[in-house]
Amino acid sequence: MLLIRCPYCEEERPELEFRNAGEAHIARSANMAGESDDDFEKFFFIRSNPKGIIYERWRHMHGCARFFNAVRDTVTDKFVMTYKAGEPKPTKLPKNSNEVVAK
Amino acid sequence: MSGAFRIPGAGRFSQAKTARFSFDGQSYAGIEGDTLASALLANGVHLVGRSFKYHRPRGILSAGAEEPNALVEIRRDAARKTPNVRATVQELYDGLDAQSQNRWPSLSFDLGAVSDIASPLLSAGFYYKTFMWPKAAWKTLYEPKIRAAAGLGVSPDQPDPDHYSSRYAHCDVLVLGGGAAGIAAALAAAETGVRVILADEQAEFGGSLRFESGAKIDGQDGFAWAQAAVAKLAAMDNVRVLSRTTAFGYYAQNFIGLVERVSEHLRTPGHDLARERLWQVRAKRVVLASGAIERHMVFADNDRPGIMLAGAARTYLNHYGVAVGRNVGVYTANDSAYAAAIDLKKAGVNVAAIVDLRDNPTGPVIDEARALGIEINFGRAVIRAGGKLRVSSMTVQPKNGGGERTIAVDAILMSAGWTPSVHLFSQSRGKVAFNDETKRFVPGTYAQDCVSVGACNGTDGLSATVDEAYAAGVRAAKDAGAKAAKSSKPKVDASESWSRGMLGAAPGAGPDTTVKAFVDFQNDVTAKDIRQAVHEGMRSIEHVKRFTTNGMATDQGKTSNMHGLAIAAEVLGKPIPEVGLTTFRAPYTPVTFGAIVSHARGPLFDPTRRTAIHPWAEAQGAVFEDVGQWKRAWYFPKAGEDMHAAVDRECVAVRKTAGLFDASTLGKIEVVGPDAAKFMELLYTNPWEKLEPGRCRYGIMLREDGFIYDDGVVGRLAPDRFHVTTTTGGAPRVMNHMEDYLQTEFPHLNVWLTSITEQWAVIAVQGPKSRDIIAPLLEGIDMSDEALPHMSVREGKICGVPTRLFRMSFTGERGFEVNVPADYGQAVWEALWAEGQKHGAAAYGTEAMHVLRAEKGYIIVGQDTDGTVTPNDAGLDWAVGKKKPDFVGIRGLTRPDLVAKGRKQLVGLKTRDPKVVLEEGAQIVEDPKQAIPMKMIGHVTSSYWSENCGRSIALALVAGGRDRMGETLYVPMPNGVIEVEVTGMVFFDETGGRLNG
Repeated sequence: MLLIRCPYCEEERPELEFRNAGEAHIARSANMAGESDDDFEKFFFIRSNPKGIIYERWRHMHGCARFFNAVRDTVTDKFVMTYKAGEPKPTKLPKNSNEVVAK
Repeated sequence: MSGAFRIPGAGRFSQAKTARFSFDGQSYAGIEGDTLASALLANGVHLVGRSFKYHRPRGILSAGAEEPNALVEIRRDAARKTPNVRATVQELYDGLDAQSQNRWPSLSFDLGAVSDIASPLLSAGFYYKTFMWPKAAWKTLYEPKIRAAAGLGVSPDQPDPDHYSSRYAHCDVLVLGGGAAGIAAALAAAETGVRVILADEQAEFGGSLRFESGAKIDGQDGFAWAQAAVAKLAAMDNVRVLSRTTAFGYYAQNFIGLVERVSEHLRTPGHDLARERLWQVRAKRVVLASGAIERHMVFADNDRPGIMLAGAARTYLNHYGVAVGRNVGVYTANDSAYAAAIDLKKAGVNVAAIVDLRDNPTGPVIDEARALGIEINFGRAVIRAGGKLRVSSMTVQPKNGGGERTIAVDAILMSAGWTPSVHLFSQSRGKVAFNDETKRFVPGTYAQDCVSVGACNGTDGLSATVDEAYAAGVRAAKDAGAKAAKSSKPKVDASESWSRGMLGAAPGAGPDTTVKAFVDFQNDVTAKDIRQAVHEGMRSIEHVKRFTTNGMATDQGKTSNMHGLAIAAEVLGKPIPEVGLTTFRAPYTPVTFGAIVSHARGPLFDPTRRTAIHPWAEAQGAVFEDVGQWKRAWYFPKAGEDMHAAVDRECVAVRKTAGLFDASTLGKIEVVGPDAAKFMELLYTNPWEKLEPGRCRYGIMLREDGFIYDDGVVGRLAPDRFHVTTTTGGAPRVMNHMEDYLQTEFPHLNVWLTSITEQWAVIAVQGPKSRDIIAPLLEGIDMSDEALPHMSVREGKICGVPTRLFRMSFTGERGFEVNVPADYGQAVWEALWAEGQKHGAAAYGTEAMHVLRAEKGYIIVGQDTDGTVTPNDAGLDWAVGKKKPDFVGIRGLTRPDLVAKGRKQLVGLKTRDPKVVLEEGAQIVEDPKQAIPMKMIGHVTSSYWSENCGRSIALALVAGGRDRMGETLYVPMPNGVIEVEVTGMVFFDETGGRLNG
């Protein structure tokens, strides 16, 4: 079970308290009705599904109930960082401090 | 006497404390502290089971968790029968009752053993090849027969009467494995004051110190030191010591699953004790001290009872005081078996010969064995074992061929070397590395905050192990935040050390295809099977594993994986690291369902939600149905009524006089704030800005793709306050959907959302007499049609308590929904019920509710819609605001496919024969005579007998449905084709006059 840091509660809490809410930084158009078919397809259907770093939304469902964003490595499942909804997509990621190599 | 093979004065338990037990009905005596295996061996019993596939007689191979053969059923009573218990792990208690498995009629005479003779038919992958014809026979004949003949224990057939407990724990340093390494690491960490948990799967700590008679630490015998050290740890406030506790899984972020066997070893556990306890531990640092597992030698008939691992024989002698034979042979490719031979010889057991595959090895144990007068044969192999139910001889040959010699023995101790237990390390996603010199996989790259120490890290020798483990313990504590520690590192005074050995098949495994030289005992996989798999084209070790099932039994190949890998590598002509190791997966040893499920079963499996009015309905004899977690009254049968009769009566009563219905489960959300109307405009298709306070509107919620997500009546209580209702099942996801948009897409809106589902009990009063029933109990609300028209809401009091009174109808009759605070729900219901009785009103359940709404063509989201239905498809285009600039789903609705012709639309269906009721889900076709597979143009979504209409009615999704009014379509069913006519969706009171009737 993963530990996830809620950026609102400022605490690491067990995965059971959270719910994944899909890819992050996919903004809904201010002129939704005027979107082209292609743009709507990109907005609603197309997701990146990378092997490696993914930006995704989580909700602290059984806690503060807030939605927030997280950076996770899909290979190791490790959370690199979490940040509040509405904050810009981070351009620099913190170094993975957990990697230890045997002597 | 506790067994003829018990050696007086040997072992660590008092031989005076006997415990009686039975095996296959025969009574024996063991001693307290025994495992079932040691107690059986003390009585000279080696034959304990039959193998999985060939039904070969099997004995006890090991003295620990890796045991592949000695699986028995333990019976406490009729409900407490545990299959596949490893006799080497099960502790003895007085009265223990064990049975052997997979044999008939008896263990020594097993008819299933015919499969050993027929084994050429049963080689690796046989079920893919041998039983292919005729095809139909696989399901009816071959598979059931194979399943009956193969297999191990039998599942218990009664519910598990035991209880299990579950605990979460956090610690700074978790030490897994309580041998010398684990204890040293735990001591080092504990002395710094950090929180430490030390766990070991055995009843006593010590690990290999249980058998290493040459170990001396801090001036004491190794095992005695271990007991003293653990006692010291257990007395510390910051340490938790768990024995009989197996770490079975290593999960993300240092989350470890452990099972503690709490009462399996007790004669009468009593009701207060759980059977097992699941520990879920989150550790800042983990020290893996899981030791190493000895490998067997692969030679012909190496599975005969009496043939066992040398380290196991030594454990039985030094720990339990049991000699595994009187005249034993030793077959080895490394030094450790010599130590077993020496200990046994010193205890008075004759060692017939040591057969060592190596050419001229040297070392102190070899010299000592020779000095004791034991015959040693270098460069030779045991090519065959004699005997059937018990080994009787070993046949020895120079390893490069030559004259054979047969030596009589009653046990063979074997050792091909030791395999580091990297299971947990590998589960943590660490990558193992192959050490070519010592021929073993050891931890390489770490993926988590853990460290391996001792034998599981490939560290040889007690002294090096204790040094490494102690340092690792200090470092783990420091990494977890500990301050400087005072050092009291244990001092190793004497130690044993060995490494090397061999991997793969020894000369005695034949090239001969009839030779059975077992690699995997539990799944009956031989060296020949592995070779065959490669010859048949398996290249990857993962394919070889699946084709042969090597390592796939419940022991997960603890003794067999490395041999299997080496044989495959040899045939492939590749070095071992290139062939690669199969993936280690949790659980390390089998875990009971009970431990994982713990208390979450029966009524505690899932919460049950009951409405405030539930007790009344129960007292009336209502039949309930499950709707999500809710219990809802389905119908209220009177004496002698079946469901059909009850529902018909309830439906008629509502339309004739009135009915009362518990609608409390309806999802309810209050949308409050200055921007509440703006928010509603965005979340629902309908316009809300102009809805006057006091009025209601039927709302439709879409997803962005334009499909219906939920629906419900919304009342505007004030300019800034909406009382939103949702479907019963949809309440949580609608709330999540609203919160998602409010928090992330429309955070500029000043709105609060509150779930009020459980705050308000809802009593629907529907029917011509509904107003007469409510009016006498109401204060402050004018119920006249002018003051309270259809689709309006007022706040006032009923029976003296606050109410939100909705005038709305899900039946097509004049109707009201009385919302009262849930605590008053039953009292108000009873008052309304008493009024209703004056008018002949009935209580009705969910079934009648469904029929009544279908009579009016009102849809149920999730029944008449399925996530691919638009408002237009459902005939609800009128509810979509045409002038709105935006709402969730507005763009989806204009997608090409959603505006295309020929979409499935909701329509009514009337069967030609009014008595025939269609089946919900039935498919609809245009031409019933067309060839199968027919072109299906739709399906029935709702179908009922309508007593009010005097006929059956149905709703259906049909392609181009609204252009088919009056058309005849067909519903092919197993008993014939049903003819139907396409109609409008309203079957009763088409003009809607009864809403004000």
